[in-house]
Amino acid sequence: MHMSRARSPRRPGTKVMATYWEQRGLYGVMAEFADSDQLLHAARRAYAAGYRRMDAYSPMPVDGLAEAIGFRRNFVSPVVLLGGLLGGCGGFGLMYWISVIAYPFNVAGRPMNSWPAYIPITFECTVLLASLSAMIGMFAMNGLPMPYHPVFNVAKFARASTDGFFLCIEADDPKFDREGAKVFLNELNPIEVTEVEK
Amino acid sequence: MKSDQFEEPTSLAVIDPGPDKIIGPGHSYASVTDKISGIIFQPLKKTPKVWFLAFLVSFALMQLLLIAATWLFVKGVGIWGIIIPVAWGFAIVNFVWWIGIGHAGTLISAILLLLKQDWRTSINRFSEAMTLFAVSCAAMFPILHLGRPWLFYWLMPYPNTMWVWPQPRSPLVWDVFAVSTYATVSLVFWFVGLVPDLATMRDKAKTKWQQMIFGMFALGWRGSARHWSRYQMAYILLGGLATPLVVSVHTVVSFDFAVAILPGWHTTIFPPYFVAGAIYSGFAMVLTLMIPVRRWFHLEDLITMRHVEACAKVMLGTGLIVAYGYLMEAFMAWYSGDVYERFMYWNRMTGPYGWSYVMLILCNIAIPQLLWIRSIRLNVFWVWMLSLVVNVGMWLERFVIVITSLHRDFLPSSWGIYYPTRWDWATFIGTIGFFLTMMWLFVRFLPAISIFEVREVLHHEGGGHAHEPSPQPAPAGD
Repeated sequence: MHMSRARSPRRPGTKVMATYWEQRGLYGVMAEFADSDQLLHAARRAYAAGYRRMDAYSPMPVDGLAEAIGFRRNFVSPVVLLGGLLGGCGGFGLMYWISVIAYPFNVAGRPMNSWPAYIPITFECTVLLASLSAMIGMFAMNGLPMPYHPVFNVAKFARASTDGFFLCIEADDPKFDREGAKVFLNELNPIEVTEVEK
Repeated sequence: MKSDQFEEPTSLAVIDPGPDKIIGPGHSYASVTDKISGIIFQPLKKTPKVWFLAFLVSFALMQLLLIAATWLFVKGVGIWGIIIPVAWGFAIVNFVWWIGIGHAGTLISAILLLLKQDWRTSINRFSEAMTLFAVSCAAMFPILHLGRPWLFYWLMPYPNTMWVWPQPRSPLVWDVFAVSTYATVSLVFWFVGLVPDLATMRDKAKTKWQQMIFGMFALGWRGSARHWSRYQMAYILLGGLATPLVVSVHTVVSFDFAVAILPGWHTTIFPPYFVAGAIYSGFAMVLTLMIPVRRWFHLEDLITMRHVEACAKVMLGTGLIVAYGYLMEAFMAWYSGDVYERFMYWNRMTGPYGWSYVMLILCNIAIPQLLWIRSIRLNVFWVWMLSLVVNVGMWLERFVIVITSLHRDFLPSSWGIYYPTRWDWATFIGTIGFFLTMMWLFVRFLPAISIFEVREVLHHEGGGHAHEPSPQPAPAGD
């Protein structure tokens, strides 16, 4: 979702504006804040002001920040659940198939489908696939790996992984207007407001 | 491009805040970042001399492993001391010892995450790396022990021209799945935890190569709020998945023994007491490695006495569970009335390997009771010595379980005596060399303390806001 937005800012209904800013090569307007509380406050204000296409950047997770910029649907847990179910069914199915169908082998007269003996492997396969889907799903939904992103064009953004707190209103927001966004962000007591080149 | 914006690493005094705090005074987001990344970015010449010495010794020991493994491939398992009643020998003793050591890493990173123990933060990355390398060492032994190690992939279920499949009713096949899942999930957990820190390293790197390497593995992480939200969900779920996994792995390892009908192995107490023993030995190894590392790299303000004491307490607690396990084993041997069980236990205590049992009780139960004394828990030297004692003790436990149970079973005609050869020792010491080599490389070249989680602790404590607006804003764009 996010990746496609960064690469092609055109959305239905905003076509004229998007093309204009695309020619100008503007990704958005970014403000830096002194700490997480100010960033959180600014994000809430920006959302209340009607901005939707924006993102907040912080060097560590900040409680409530994602919700403040309007992030609601976190699909990581359903993906992990699906991965786990797939792993569990796959693991048990494999054990069943091996010992009942592919290579039936009588061990001390036990039934071919001696299912309690399959539980450890079923469990391990569940955990394995659930964990892999947690990692792959999380990175994929985040649009990573993504070596290039316009926000890295802002020199000070290197601080976002140390102690910088940034809010970026993106140019493809329907309400976006270059000067208006700058004025708005400047009202929020930022350290500095910069334009983000694409 | 981005290099001049950062001041030189802060010269904050290294103060251990004592057993109550997990971070030394005066730290901000920037100072913890500088401090931890400074270990990696310092010039090679500035690396503490003792690191080079430790690395050289470990690297030399690792060569023993290469030599021993090569000779094993040439000559076969006959170069080891294994004989027919004791066919498992050192290989399985070392396998269980190493995999147990790995368990503390998962416990610290996963279980303490779920329990919201903030003291896990400075040591989780380090312990996770320890898990990875310990599991690598563990996995070598069953494979080297196979006789034809190059056919190890026969353990995995795959369609083959022989039309045979692994036997899913066997604990040994469970073990293959448990250990390989454990290694994979540990790697996933470790890597997911590393990504935001790799982004920090990428942004702080001064040279092109560093930027490229860290940048590649950082996957383009930029700290977006949406990303953090998914990240935290994935991380906590990984913690929730790793927690039952770590319990299952050592349970399955104990099934290797407990499912057999051999006296001394066939007991129901094995799974819980193996898991407790694994955590016991793992915490001992964490302390053995953490105490020198914190001294070499002057990390006393991030790995404080709080961490040392907490690890010592966990060691004491799990040690008592292990003691209960020994007690119950002995009690059940007597109470069962089974002549073979009784003989086995008597033989374990007074037979040819009685010395190992006495040493085991001393190292695992008697001596660690010193940890009840607070002044000993707060003395780094004594905690370190005790951690070494427990490492030896836990190795002896596996030696006692494997060797004494096997060497005299039901029929006196099949009894035997097992002596490890120099190749057994070379392989074992070689894996220690491999493990330490990897650990020393890790602490020097990757962030050994999770930077973003330390920032998070500062954030929740309300600190870290030492960030001053820079007087001259940089121009927009670059």
